[in-house]
Amino acid sequence: MLDIRGLRANVGNTEILRGIDLHIGAGEVHAIMGPNGSGKSTLAHVLSGRENYEVTGGEVFYRGKDLLAMSPELRAREGIFLAFQYPVEIPGVSTTYFLKAALNAVRKHNGLEELDAMEFLTLIKEKLKLVEMDQALINRPLNEGFSGGEKKRNEILQMAVLDPMLALLDETDSGLDIDALRVVASGVNALRRPDRAMIVITHYQRLLNYIVPDFIHVLHDGRIVKSGTKELALELESKGYDWLKGEAAAVQ
Amino acid sequence: MIAAESKERYVAAFEQWQSNGNANAPAWLKELRRAGIASFAAQGFPTTKNEDWKYTNVGPIASLPFAQVNGAATGIDAAEVIERGFADPACPRLVFVNGAWAREMSSVRDLPQGVGLGSLADLVKRDDPLLPAQLGHHASYKTQAFVALNTAFMGDGAVVVIPPGCHLAQPIYLIYASSGGAGQLVSQPRTLIFLGAGSEAKIVESYVGVNAGTYFCNAVTELIADADSSVEHYRLQREGQAAFHVGALEADLNRGARLTAHAVTLSGSLVRNNVHVALNGEGAECVLNGLYLADDKQHVDNFTEIDHLKPHATSFELYKGILDGAAHGVFNGKIVVHKDAQKSNARQVNKNLLLSENAVVNTKPQLEIYADDVKCSHGSTIGQLDDDALFYLRSRGLGRVEARSLLSFAFAGDVVARIKIDSLRRQLDDYLVAKFRRV
Repeated sequence: MLDIRGLRANVGNTEILRGIDLHIGAGEVHAIMGPNGSGKSTLAHVLSGRENYEVTGGEVFYRGKDLLAMSPELRAREGIFLAFQYPVEIPGVSTTYFLKAALNAVRKHNGLEELDAMEFLTLIKEKLKLVEMDQALINRPLNEGFSGGEKKRNEILQMAVLDPMLALLDETDSGLDIDALRVVASGVNALRRPDRAMIVITHYQRLLNYIVPDFIHVLHDGRIVKSGTKELALELESKGYDWLKGEAAAVQ
Repeated sequence: MIAAESKERYVAAFEQWQSNGNANAPAWLKELRRAGIASFAAQGFPTTKNEDWKYTNVGPIASLPFAQVNGAATGIDAAEVIERGFADPACPRLVFVNGAWAREMSSVRDLPQGVGLGSLADLVKRDDPLLPAQLGHHASYKTQAFVALNTAFMGDGAVVVIPPGCHLAQPIYLIYASSGGAGQLVSQPRTLIFLGAGSEAKIVESYVGVNAGTYFCNAVTELIADADSSVEHYRLQREGQAAFHVGALEADLNRGARLTAHAVTLSGSLVRNNVHVALNGEGAECVLNGLYLADDKQHVDNFTEIDHLKPHATSFELYKGILDGAAHGVFNGKIVVHKDAQKSNARQVNKNLLLSENAVVNTKPQLEIYADDVKCSHGSTIGQLDDDALFYLRSRGLGRVEARSLLSFAFAGDVVARIKIDSLRRQLDDYLVAKFRRV
């Protein structure tokens, strides 16, 4: 599904990603953990095509195609979805209007018929249940005045509607109370599928109690310094990240 | 001294007109026109040294040869004019072509008893007593050169009278069409709107160009709202791409009267919109909404002025501009709270979106407060499309052009949403969607 080889990226003159290697197969859920500033969010943004990051080295293949050569919209249409840590508020555009336009752009790219207003309404009503969201919310301007929990549910709703092959969840747990976290996590779990991969980026082990990953990678200083299975999260929970700094030095 | 020569041309043309076209006018109108030209001769065209015209050079207007034409041009189609004016063909309307009433394109059926809707020139002939009592009493030809010019040359335009207590549900459309033909035309339409006590009405003035020729439309509207009346006034401007337009709305609000005035500017080469509201009675309220779109080398100047003259009056103002190409936008928001206007509440917001590096905007709030117990606020912003928002939309599959178009459309959205006439709002919506698709 996704093959990252020696990926390096800068923000301004600062190198944030310093050689990432990661292989993700269909149906797998990978968690990427690490302290603040380790490069987790940068990785998510580079994979989704954010322009303020400069890729300085390495390659990324997504379903056999050169991902780094694609525009953000092309990546989305090819099935990559980023759930934002800080979803953007857009006054003047309702979630419904925006999401219908987005879905139809994706469908058109994939040679599918565009959905009309009625078909879209039927689809979105079904997906709203998944994240326990009220329909009134999506007729309001996109994310404007939404609570933290509402914004994150809206991200998962968009993911459910756009039906991606590879989902990147960037700090989806941040700013959520335990009830909202449970709703969001169960929404994500319902979207797990043998042909869909997910990358879950989180600072805390807490989220991984709800979304149980197949693999965990620890990012430190722009490199993956440790990989393991879900038990690694518990070790991080009890020991923190400090003990890994030694391993980081060993990798260098 | 192009401006001085041009001024002389206008004065000379006036003297000539006195001896023919104006000869049969009633004494009060002759006197008013005479006062108009005298004031214009004294003031001349404003220059950028005048603080109120600092960012707008009217040189191109002043140097236009004077050729006043009051008469319907041929080859203009009523359906096209209605469509360009975003009008609803089912509603009552008056149409004027190059400054003169086009009776055959107008429709004044189904109006409730007592509602007056007619041509100014026609009503002058019939000695309507409202005209000498109101016309020229509100729009200040003494201080504004273009109002003076209009007052001197006004020939025709719409007169709307809503009787006391009348609640008129359907909007009235006043469409002023201009065609820049072989000659370069100047038209001076004059509108008078009078709302009786406790009445309600919606009035749309549309200024449209029917071809790409050069012409100058110098329009003045006087709106008088008697006690506790409520009026929604729309000024839609879709002049031709080479047209010059100077328009003034002079509104006088009595006790408890409420005015919502929308100014939508979509085209024209050089455009100046003056809006002046006198809150002339306790508890009067005005809401000013503005939307201006400019591209290429267009120049659009919105000059708004609100006088809080009596206590407990409120004014809210929201103007938004979207500027592309090498367009130049100007917003001036003047609010004067006079000595006796205690408990005034005024809020003003101007927001501008620049879609190109060559677009320019000047925004200037001007608050003068002479009372001590008032609430006044203002704010203005100038910005580009938000990168985070653009990326967010693109990351969901929308193309760059689509994302820019959606965000521009959204920027205009809250002003458009305030338009209460469904048919007008829908047509404006469609226009904006089509326009931004091309951004």
